[in-house]
Amino acid sequence: MMYSEKVMDHFSNPRNVGEIADANAVGQVGNAKCGDIMKIYMKIDENEVIEDVKFKTFGCGAAVATSSMATEMVKGKTVKEALALTNQAVAEALDGLPPVKMHCSVLAEEAVKAAIGDYYTRQGVDPEPIVGCNLDCEACHRTHE
Amino acid sequence: MVYADHAATTAVSDKALAAMLPYLKEQYGNPSGIYRLGRAARQALDQARETVAKAIGAQANEIYFTGGGSEADNWALKGAAELKKEKGRHIITTQIEHHALLNTAHYLEEQGFEVTYLPVDQLGRISLKAVENAIREDTILISVMTANNEIGTIQPIAEIGALAREKGILFHTDAVQAVGHIPVNVEEMQVDFLSLSGHKFGGPKGVGVLYVRKGVRLPALIQGGGQEKGIRGGTENVAGFVGMAAALEEAVSNLAENEAKVAALRERLVDGLLKIPFSALTGDPINRLPGIASFVFECVEGESMVMMLDAKGICASSGSACSSGSLDPSHVLMAIGLLHEVSHGSLRLSLGADNTEEDVDYILEQLPSVIARLREMSPLWEEKQKEVQ
Repeated sequence: MMYSEKVMDHFSNPRNVGEIADANAVGQVGNAKCGDIMKIYMKIDENEVIEDVKFKTFGCGAAVATSSMATEMVKGKTVKEALALTNQAVAEALDGLPPVKMHCSVLAEEAVKAAIGDYYTRQGVDPEPIVGCNLDCEACHRTHE
Repeated sequence: MVYADHAATTAVSDKALAAMLPYLKEQYGNPSGIYRLGRAARQALDQARETVAKAIGAQANEIYFTGGGSEADNWALKGAAELKKEKGRHIITTQIEHHALLNTAHYLEEQGFEVTYLPVDQLGRISLKAVENAIREDTILISVMTANNEIGTIQPIAEIGALAREKGILFHTDAVQAVGHIPVNVEEMQVDFLSLSGHKFGGPKGVGVLYVRKGVRLPALIQGGGQEKGIRGGTENVAGFVGMAAALEEAVSNLAENEAKVAALRERLVDGLLKIPFSALTGDPINRLPGIASFVFECVEGESMVMMLDAKGICASSGSACSSGSLDPSHVLMAIGLLHEVSHGSLRLSLGADNTEEDVDYILEQLPSVIARLREMSPLWEEKQKEVQ
C-alpha cells in the first residue's frame, strides 16, 4: 500500500485543522469502533457561501488527508456547490487512494453533507430533500463487526 | 534514523554477511555436485545445519532448511495433519498465533480438520489447564507460539510440551520471535516441531528452519531432487542458510548480554512512554520478549502515529486496522480483550542490540509530541477532555 505525495502532504500538513467557535454547521460521521471519525465545522454566511471550514479527525493517514482535502475543496464555495462534492473527486484531488482507503474519501463526503444538513436543521429547514439523506442513516454511524 | 521495528525484520549482521558472500560468488557450486566446488558448498551447508542444531539443542539431522518462518509453519501443520489424519482430525492452537499459522489452520478446517483456537488472558497468556481441557481422543497436534510478535508475551512452552508428550500428541511451536532473543531448547521445551526465521536475528530474509524431532516422519513439502532428505526438493539457498547460521551463532553466543541490555532499553522506553496520559502497555509486563515494547494510546490511530514517527525518522509499527489494510484491528489485541476503539491506537516499538540509550531517548522526546498533535486534531480527545472535566 502506497500513498501519493499529495496524501503525504495533506497528512503531514493538514489544512483547516481545528474548530470554529461560532460555527453554524457541525457534522460528525464515522465511529471510534471502526477507527475513524470526522467532524467538520462550517461558518456559512447569509448568501449560503461557506466562509470558513475546519475539521477534526481521528483516523489513519488517509482519513486525515481526505478531511484536509475536502475542507479545501468546499471552502469559499456555496452550499449547493459543496453538496456536489463526491468522494471520487476528493480521492482524485489527492492523486488517488489505495483501494482499502477509499472508504476514507466516502467519510469525507459524508462529513461535508452532515455539516450542511446540520446547517439546514438549525435554519428550521428539513435537510433530507436537500442533502439527500436524513443524516441519521447507517452511513453516519457505520459499524462493521 | 532510529530503527525500532526489529520484530518486523533486522539488518543482516556483519558476520552473517561476511559468511554469505563467498557462496554467492567464488564458492557458487551446487551442493549436489560431486566435484570440489560442489563439495565445498555441501560442507558449508552441513556446517550451517550443525550450527543451527547446536543453537536450539537439536541434532543436525533434525534441521530442515526452508524459505522462511511461514513456510516452516505451513509445513509443520499441513505435514502433521497429513501424517496423523487416520488417528484423528482435531488440532489445538491459540487465538494469537501469527497469520502463517492461523491461515494454515483455517485451510485445514476447509479440508475437514477441526481446530480449537484457545483464548488467552488479558496479558496474552495461554493457560495449561485450557490446553488440557481442550485435548480430545482425536487430537493430533497442538501448536502454541513461543512468544507473540505483537505484544511480546512468552508462553509456558515447556509445560505444554510435557503435557503433549504425556498424551502422545505432536507439539509444534512457532519460535520465530524467540530464537536468538531468549533461550530456546527443543529438549527442554519438549517440542516435536519448531519454526524459526533467519531475518529476525540478523540473518537474511527468505530463509528459515523447521526442526522435526527424530522419528517423526513428516511428509514431503516439495517433491524434487532429493534435497533435505527428499522432503523439500530444490537446490539449497547455500549463502542464505550459511548467513542464517552465522547470525544465529552470533545471537546465541551474545544472548545473555543482549537480552539484559535490550530489556533495560525496553524498560527505559516503557517507563517513559507510560507517563503519557491514557496510555497502557499491552502484553505481559514480566514474561515478555526483551525487545518488544507495545502500547495502546487512546484517542489516536496507529497508522497516523507510525506515519508521523516516520517523518521524525523513527521506524515503528501498529496493529491498527488501518495499518493492516483491513477494517478490523489485530486479532491479538482483540484476543487480549481490548475494545475496538482502544486497539486502533496500538503502537509496537521493537528494539534490538544495535539500539542505544540515545535512540530510546529520541523516541521519548518525539513520541509524546506526535501523540499530542494527533490528539489535538482528534474529536475523540475532545470528548475525552469533556469527560475528565
